[in-house]
Amino acid sequence: MGTRVVVTGMGVCAPNGVGLPEFAAALRSGISGIRFQQKLKDLNFSCQIAGEPRIETIDLNNYFTKLQQKGLESSGLIYGVMAGVDAWRDAKLEIDNDNPLDWDSGIVFGTGILGVDKFKDAIYHVDAGNVRRLGSTTVMQTMASGISAYLGGMLGCGNQVTTNSSACTTGTEALLMGYDRIKFGKAKRMLVGSCSDSGPYVWGGFDAMRILPRKYNEKPKKASRPMSATASGFVPGSGAAALVLETLESALERGATIYAEVLGGCVNSGGQRLGGSMTAPNSEGVQQCIRDALSDSGVHANEIDAINGHLTATTKDSLEIRNWSLALNRHGKDFPYINSFKGTIGHCLAAAGSIESVGTILQFSENKIFGNVNCEDVHPEILKYANASRIPQKTMDFAPKVIAKASFGFGDVNACAIFKKYSESKQN
Amino acid sequence: MREEQYQKLKTIVETYLPEDVDPKEIKKESDFIQELNINSANLVDIVLDVEDEFDIILENEDMDGMKTINDALEIIETKLADKE
Repeated sequence: MGTRVVVTGMGVCAPNGVGLPEFAAALRSGISGIRFQQKLKDLNFSCQIAGEPRIETIDLNNYFTKLQQKGLESSGLIYGVMAGVDAWRDAKLEIDNDNPLDWDSGIVFGTGILGVDKFKDAIYHVDAGNVRRLGSTTVMQTMASGISAYLGGMLGCGNQVTTNSSACTTGTEALLMGYDRIKFGKAKRMLVGSCSDSGPYVWGGFDAMRILPRKYNEKPKKASRPMSATASGFVPGSGAAALVLETLESALERGATIYAEVLGGCVNSGGQRLGGSMTAPNSEGVQQCIRDALSDSGVHANEIDAINGHLTATTKDSLEIRNWSLALNRHGKDFPYINSFKGTIGHCLAAAGSIESVGTILQFSENKIFGNVNCEDVHPEILKYANASRIPQKTMDFAPKVIAKASFGFGDVNACAIFKKYSESKQN
Repeated sequence: MREEQYQKLKTIVETYLPEDVDPKEIKKESDFIQELNINSANLVDIVLDVEDEFDIILENEDMDGMKTINDALEIIETKLADKE
C-alpha cells in the first residue's frame, strides 16, 4: 500500500574502498582497510590500528571549491561530502548552481561528532586568548549539522535538511528517517547517509574504555574478528556513505537505476532496562526492533534471505545472533545467511550504518553474499543458534531477495531496515 | 611601496572571490561586499590573511572601516608605519 521507496544512487568513502566499484571489489574479495596508525602509537594508544579511508589521491576539486578547501580540517565532512555528492551523481541528478532549488528533495545526514581536528585548533586559539584568529568556518565545520548544511547548498535541496545522531545507529536511522519522510508524502527524494571523523580524538575514548583490541598492532588485518571465538574488541574506523532514496514513481519517470527497494524498518530503544545499559543492549528491545521492522515491511521472518548484522567483534556478538534467532524464530540450518563487514572496515561508528547499508544493497546487483573475514573460528555460542554453513567464510554466489540490516548504538538504541531486490510487483 | 602592497592584497582577495567574479574586476575602488560579491563571513578571513602577510594586527574598528580595497590599503599603510 501507499508510496514505494527505492534506492537510486549510492556513494561511499570506506576504509577499504572509496567509490562504489572499489568498495564492491573489496567486499567481494575480503580486502581489509584496517592499517597500522603511527599517530596512535606515538600517542600511547593500546590499540594502534584503525580503518581510515584513503583519500590522499582523490582530487577534492571534484567536490569542493578552492575557497571551501581553505582551512578544511573536518575529515568527517570531507568523507560525507564525497559520499553525498557521489550518490547524487550516481543517481544521475544534476549538480548545477544555476538550477533552481528543488523543494521536493531533502537530506538526513547523520554524524556522531564533526570536525574534531578543526575544533582542536579552535580550542588552542581560544585558550591562548586569540578567539579573533578562528576564521569564518570554525562554526560550519564543527556544528553537527555542518555535513547536511554543506551538502544542502551543493545540491540545492529545498526540503528538510538535517542531521541526526544516535551513536552507532546513526546511519541506519538516517536511512529510515528519510524513508519515513518520503512515505508520508513530505518529500519525493531524500539523500540519506552518515559520516564519522578519523583520528585519535574520536577513537581515544573507546581506547580508554578498553573495548578495542590490543594484541593485533603487528597484524592489523587479523584484528577485527566479528563472530569469532578469538574476537577481542572492535577496531575503530571512519568514513561515510550516502544513498539517494526516492519514490518509485519518480525513479521510473526519470528512468533511474534502481538498486533496491526499502520495504520498511524500525527504530527503537531498549530504554536501558532489562539488562540494557548505556553500553549494552536490552535484548527485548533488539528483538522487538527486528520484529517491528518485519511487520512494518509486510515481510514474514521466513522471507529473510540474509542479514547484515551490527556484529562489532566484541563479546556481544553471540547475544546479537541469539536475538536474531529468537526474533525471527529461525535456528541452525534455517538461520538466514549472516555477514558483518566490520571484519574488513572495522567499526566506522556513526558512519557504520550507512557504509554497511550500501554494502548490503550491493549484494542484490552482484548476486552474492559477501564473505566474512577472520571468523574461521566461529564462537561456539553462535553455533548454538546458527549453523556454520550460514556464516559464509568466502563470498558466495546466491541471489538474495530480502535482506535485513541492523545497527545498534550506545544509549541502548536500535535500528533495523529491510531491503528487497527491486521487482515491478511488490509481491514476489 | 603601495603598489607592492596592492598586488599582495589582490592575491589574498582573489581567493575569496565567488566563482562568477573575474579577478580582473578587482580595482582599488572596489567595494568588497557590494562590488566583488565577497561573503561578509569571508571578510573575517581576508583580515586574518592580511595580518599574516604584513605581520600586523587589525582591530575590530579597523575592520568596520574596511569597505573597499583602498580602505584596506590605507589601514595596512598606517599599521606598517606604526610598526617602525
